[in-house]
Amino acid sequence: MGCLESMKHEIILRDASFRECREYILSHFPEHFEVLPGYKIFEKHLIGVPPLYIAVDGDDVIIPYTKPCYGTFLIRVPDPEMASELRQKKPK
Amino acid sequence: MPDTKTEPRDALILLGCPQVPIQTSVALYLASKLRKKGITTVITGNRAARTNIELADPDRHYIGEVMDIDRCIALLAEKKRDFHYCFSFIHNDAGLTYAATVKAISPAAQVLIIFGEHYEEVASSVEFPAEIIAVKAVHNPMPLKAKIDEVFPWVVSNL
Repeated sequence: MGCLESMKHEIILRDASFRECREYILSHFPEHFEVLPGYKIFEKHLIGVPPLYIAVDGDDVIIPYTKPCYGTFLIRVPDPEMASELRQKKPK
Repeated sequence: MPDTKTEPRDALILLGCPQVPIQTSVALYLASKLRKKGITTVITGNRAARTNIELADPDRHYIGEVMDIDRCIALLAEKKRDFHYCFSFIHNDAGLTYAATVKAISPAAQVLIIFGEHYEEVASSVEFPAEIIAVKAVHNPMPLKAKIDEVFPWVVSNL
């Protein structure tokens, strides 16, 4: 994920806080995993305040994505292989 | 963390979005203070924040290495680089999120420099142990400079 714009994705939350993203994942996606800040996914180290959650929903992966000037986005990335990998690894 | 008694010390200055005008001047001021103490600095931020810093000190009297923030996070996460101190400039939720990330992936002693219009709200959101300098400063850098001057000797002696 060198550049968010280059990936097919859907923005679920825009200009949100880290807390809002965390709460949204916990309340909307039963298949969620706690990861450590810096967890590498889509070639990118995730930014976040612990506890940091990512989720899978069908073939989609849900991750927070923080930009210094725009806050945190919650994005949905269609990627069946990554969704399957996360289900198997159940990362922490 | 490296041994502060025997090794040369270094500090990461983590810049937030340069939307608040005082960030660049106070970061240069801090870099100067650290340099005078013999502490090497690396400044990291997004492109706009880095450009502000580099343009303000074209002959690099105060700044040393300047690094892209994503590259910096990657190096810290992969344990390829580390620092004795991390001074994080924070005026919004995203800045706090970056600082929390560095706290989680690096043993550097954290000093959070919280400023801007909503400094109290941002400071109350801190959920991890760190030294906190918090002051309402947006256009006038002097209140933040005064706070830094107040705590700086303690920070470099005790952390």
